Amino acid sequence: MKALAARRHHRFAPVVLLLLALLVTGGVYAALAPSPASADTASTADIETGQKLFQANCATCHGPAAEGSTTAPSLIGVGAASVDFQVSTGRMPMQMEGPQAIEKPRQFDEEQTAQLAAYVASLGAGPAIPTDEQVDPALGDSANGGALFRTNCAMCHNAVGAGGALSEGKFAPALWEVTPRNIYQAMQTGPQSMPVFNDATITPEEKRDIITYLVEQREGSAGGLSLGSLGPVSEGLWVWVVGLGLLIGAAVWIGAKSS
Amino acid sequence: MSDHQHSSEVGTTSSNAPGAELERFDDPGLPEHKSRMADRDPKAAKRAERQIVVLFAISVIGTIASLIVYFAVPPGETTASVRLSTLALGLGMAFALLGIGVGAVHWAKTLMSDHEHVDERHEQRSSEEVRAEAVKALTDGAQDSGIGRRGVLKGAVISALALFPLTIAVPLIGSVGGDWNVSKFRHTRWERGMRLAIDPSGRPIKAADVTIGSAVHVIPDVSEEERLSHAWITEKAKAVVLLVRLDPRELKEAEDRVGWSYDGIVAYSKICTHVGCPVALYEQQTHHLLCPCHQSTFDVADGAKVVFGPAKRPLPQLPITVDDEGYLIAQDDFDEPVGPSYWERLK
Repeated sequence: MKALAARRHHRFAPVVLLLLALLVTGGVYAALAPSPASADTASTADIETGQKLFQANCATCHGPAAEGSTTAPSLIGVGAASVDFQVSTGRMPMQMEGPQAIEKPRQFDEEQTAQLAAYVASLGAGPAIPTDEQVDPALGDSANGGALFRTNCAMCHNAVGAGGALSEGKFAPALWEVTPRNIYQAMQTGPQSMPVFNDATITPEEKRDIITYLVEQREGSAGGLSLGSLGPVSEGLWVWVVGLGLLIGAAVWIGAKSS
Repeated sequence: MSDHQHSSEVGTTSSNAPGAELERFDDPGLPEHKSRMADRDPKAAKRAERQIVVLFAISVIGTIASLIVYFAVPPGETTASVRLSTLALGLGMAFALLGIGVGAVHWAKTLMSDHEHVDERHEQRSSEEVRAEAVKALTDGAQDSGIGRRGVLKGAVISALALFPLTIAVPLIGSVGGDWNVSKFRHTRWERGMRLAIDPSGRPIKAADVTIGSAVHVIPDVSEEERLSHAWITEKAKAVVLLVRLDPRELKEAEDRVGWSYDGIVAYSKICTHVGCPVALYEQQTHHLLCPCHQSTFDVADGAKVVFGPAKRPLPQLPITVDDEGYLIAQDDFDEPVGPSYWERLK
């Protein structure tokens, strides 16, 4: 203490004090300040901007108050997760009627998507956007995820997530490129033909296990060419055309006379 | 018409007198022998020899490469490293074997002797003497054994020979199908008051957990011990159920089935009535349930009626309700056998 007291008139003392004061203020602010606007804690401004975006881009089909119409469902209570899934994958806004909304380059950036999601979430309670930890593939158990995927998802999306056909032009998309967050949201909200897998039927941890399993499948097959992982069609075609073709070629060469 | 008659006449004559018609064609004989380039030109022979040496050298290099790969590129832990290791090993072995095979064939084709010789096919029928001799040997043998005179012996040997195949046939036929008790097709593990549990975790399901648009794959809530037993897979294969919740206004229920659903939640057998594949592709918006094998389509909102495909009967419905704690339970077993038809189904 004596040493400190002796140096209180040092010419650098005010500078040190100022630095300490700044550090304390900054630390307290960081600890206590509201977190930046996200879908969970959306500011009123976000909701208002979101509403304007909604009126301009979505209200034609979904109605001015998102109450739905004969062509589009009501969005009251679908939650932020549903909006984030549909808009961030470019499925919404739809450009034309079709068997199903297809993935395309997104029309709204991250911030606008969050604002739209905030507006729709303000209309009624629904699933929120998952946190990064909930969708982190490094934290899941891929063996359990595989068992869950085979029971609940593989019939439409193929055993390794290569996708497959449904009826009348609809299809279950391939999951190779889908982000973990979008996979989670799709399970939670059941977009279009897909059924809902809510947190009671597949718990958040189980959803993360499924994400881990799917991300692992992206490394391809240890056995070599996966041929699209489509099963007997592509594999059979390969064997009959390429395999038998090579064998026939070899047989012709062996049987031909040397010139 | 006349052409046809003519050709049928030709057919008759040729079948009556074999060879008569064939006289018209000259035997073209063997094609002229062409000498190979390697036979005519020593340079070409030298070249072919070099090619063969190169092919065998490729084989040697392939063998050495695969040995090096075995030590230098271990499979490792990741999918990519396993793939790389097996690919490199396989390529090495392919070149090692193909080098030998292609080299040997090329050697035989270009350098080994090129004589052509003709092997005449001998007649299949033996000469009369040989045939008579064979018959004589057989009759002599039969006379020598005295089988014609000793009736008991004849009976004994025939019985022994005739009975022996039973040792193979009886176990073979006995193991076909294994179990002929078809009455168990009629029942599943479901019983009154049994809770519905989630496949594969085995958690029981509350009615409140199933939101509209949900699809849940369901198994009977049995003990953990039973779920790990050997017999469970057979029971599960019959008892699997798909549970979905629809808006109750969209649900059409037959008069005799009112009360089989609970607040828009319906449960149907997941075994297709066509040939028994698991029907599980559920389209939430159309309420259609598709079978992946032959595209049979069932309308879940309307008693799982067949709307498309080869299935002939709707999926059997599991009558459900809730217990005091809010868990979904079965009211009873299915009221009809699940899965495809079999002969005794309606008895």
